Amino acid sequence: MKKLIITLFIGLLSQQLIAQVDQSLLKDDRSDSLENAMNMDALSNRVYATSSSPVSIGGYLEADYKYIGEDGLTDGHSFRIPRVTLFITSSISSRIKFMSEFEFEEGGEEIAIEFAAMDVNFHPLLNLRGGVVVNPIGAFNQNHDGPKWEFVDRPIAMTQMLPATWSNVGFGLYGKMYKQDWAVGYEAYLTNGFDNSITTNTENRTFLPASKDNKERFEESSNGEPLFTGKIAVRNQNIGELGLSYMGGIYNTHEDDGLTLDEPRRLDVFAVDFNTELPFSDTYIVGEWAWVFVNVPNTFTQQYGEKQSGGFLDIVQPVIDKRMFGFDDAVFNVALRLESVDWNVGTFNETDGNIGDEIWAVVPGISFRPTYQTVFRLNYRYQEQTDILGNPPAKTSGIEIGFATYF
Amino acid sequence: MTTRKIQSTCAVLLLVAAIYSCDSLIPEAPAESDLLDGPTEGLSTSEQSRFLKGDIAFNDEVFTPESGLGPVFVANSCGSCHAGDGKGHPFTTLTRFGQTQPNTAPDITIGGPQLQNRAIPGFEPETIPDGVPSMDFTPPAVTGLGFLEALTDQQILDNADPNDSDRDGISGVPNYINAPSYFIPKPSHQPVGGQYIGRFGKKAAAVDLLHQTVGAYNQDMGVTSTFNPIDPHTGLSTDPEVSDQTIRDVVFYLQTLKAPIQRDADDPEVIRGKEVFMSISCSSCHVPSFTTPQSDIDALSNKTIFPYSDLLLHDMGSGLDDGATEGSAETFEWRTPPLWGLGLAPESQGREFFLMHDGRAKSIQEAIELHGGEAQQSRDDFVALSDADKQALLKFLRSL
Repeated sequence: MKKLIITLFIGLLSQQLIAQVDQSLLKDDRSDSLENAMNMDALSNRVYATSSSPVSIGGYLEADYKYIGEDGLTDGHSFRIPRVTLFITSSISSRIKFMSEFEFEEGGEEIAIEFAAMDVNFHPLLNLRGGVVVNPIGAFNQNHDGPKWEFVDRPIAMTQMLPATWSNVGFGLYGKMYKQDWAVGYEAYLTNGFDNSITTNTENRTFLPASKDNKERFEESSNGEPLFTGKIAVRNQNIGELGLSYMGGIYNTHEDDGLTLDEPRRLDVFAVDFNTELPFSDTYIVGEWAWVFVNVPNTFTQQYGEKQSGGFLDIVQPVIDKRMFGFDDAVFNVALRLESVDWNVGTFNETDGNIGDEIWAVVPGISFRPTYQTVFRLNYRYQEQTDILGNPPAKTSGIEIGFATYF
Repeated sequence: MTTRKIQSTCAVLLLVAAIYSCDSLIPEAPAESDLLDGPTEGLSTSEQSRFLKGDIAFNDEVFTPESGLGPVFVANSCGSCHAGDGKGHPFTTLTRFGQTQPNTAPDITIGGPQLQNRAIPGFEPETIPDGVPSMDFTPPAVTGLGFLEALTDQQILDNADPNDSDRDGISGVPNYINAPSYFIPKPSHQPVGGQYIGRFGKKAAAVDLLHQTVGAYNQDMGVTSTFNPIDPHTGLSTDPEVSDQTIRDVVFYLQTLKAPIQRDADDPEVIRGKEVFMSISCSSCHVPSFTTPQSDIDALSNKTIFPYSDLLLHDMGSGLDDGATEGSAETFEWRTPPLWGLGLAPESQGREFFLMHDGRAKSIQEAIELHGGEAQQSRDDFVALSDADKQALLKFLRSL
């Protein structure tokens, strides 16, 4: 993956070199050297189809085919375009840049502004970002572009426990510093936050992604309390990158029109992420684990848990790296994802027995990258999911075939 | 052939192989007899469509404050209490109170008749006043109910022996209840003094599945309907929060869920266990079989079913007397629970047994040993059985 990121960056720079307009507008002197690129740069180090003007346009497309069944039942063959995403970036001046990401999900059923921010660079250690920002909780939330991953599905924990892609209106600061092989970065944002739906939703579990359905969060906060998201990450060129992040604040509408509706209730999320490339085998390893703590009224149903935890680990091993199918720099990988989520960590008040609502999955797969921008993926998924009572699990398995490409 | 062609051919073959091997990658379905859910055989395509709508409403529809949940409630979906259509877990135990004598109206001035022990954020749940007796109900399995509903009142009365005229120590009386205003009697119903025989619920306090379903929406989830528009929190009428059609779809779903299928019926130990079951007179109350009459739903008509229940009330002794009751039942009387599906209870109760009306028994043996009253003799006979016969009986019960 490191090689991929480097190649992507080289591609971006090379396109900028042939620009026919004011080069100063295209020059991004805040961009990192290739070695120092970190996860937090995922949103600014993207691939663009065109960058020959102050405005760069790009995006990516994901499409897949699935044949998945649960306990002997299947809905048959299914084809999807889970998302088409459009990037537009504009260099307003040498130190001011606009970046955006518009996502069209499920064939346009949902259109979302995932990212639309203005960055102002004062110093490498001090950059201001405002607008619709992607909260830096964990790593996947910011680094979610489909073509970067060897698996058809996004990690369950990051999309069904954490709400990737989770973005919100707000502003904050970020910066980085370097010393020899080390790089340290930080991000800190105040944004609008979550709402009551995370504990009162039709998923029948504490479900942070439920707040994504509230489009009003781009207009106003649900409770007037900002959500803080912060991350510190450290990277060593020989070891890898470790990130620690936190997101928290009051989530519920506890007052309205001067009336007290409920007590203020907090949401706190902690995440740790790690990625590295083993030097002796070029094996790329990336993982993330998160813990969610939600103040749920103890008089409400335990269907909505107060604690959640989950994450994933991807192991990607390039096995063939040469000219294939007429593509000069093609790479064939084998990959494995391990993932699990416990949506309700705790015990029943009535029996003291463990609360279920858990899932784990193992996803072996192969991927073929004809170019750095495009990936073809074939995965086999096997997962087991228990209900809240911990009854015998529903077993799901099948194959997923798809592709994702930047454009 | 060039390397490129070989590579391309291999890739295409790999894809084709993957797609054609799809079915072998899908997890095997459990045996039909290991599942409680699923439609009864013989439904027409239109009936299967109705079944599917009811299935979705029952198992997938989750109520939120915005869609009518509460504000006080016990559970927020039907499926929360009846996972896999099976027996429930203490997590969703219902508590009822307010009536301590048969044939009296519940004292709703103290709350009830069902405790809503949970509340949406910002509201306080209901509590039972100190000293008021109450009874806890573990949610029952909901499979095969349509067959029980199809039975005539006369078929139930045929097993009743209120005065124990055969002097076997087993009486068995129906629970005569005041049916709700929306209940439409059928010719097979036999009212007495304007009251009808209840057949669903731990005390047989629901006359039919519509009554049971409307009550569950209202008292379990705080969801009002045109059938029962009274909000249990305020005691006042509100706009309906669930449609008539949804309720009727759920009722049809409950009517057409298949009856549980016995497993290992040919196992010699199971056969021996059934003989023991009969010999110690368990079958006096847990009546093995009925044959349904002609029903509005053809698939339920003229079928021999094996519920192992007489749907009658029996004195179960002081140990099971909670001091509260419903309808014409005494506080120590309980409806004979159907035993079909008993062996699959752990599949829906979190891999444990929570048996008897309130889930106090953690095993079938413990449940038997908690029997008293009219069942005392059978209970004593069970305790006196040889280990082999006891194990055979337990295996038979687990096969149901």
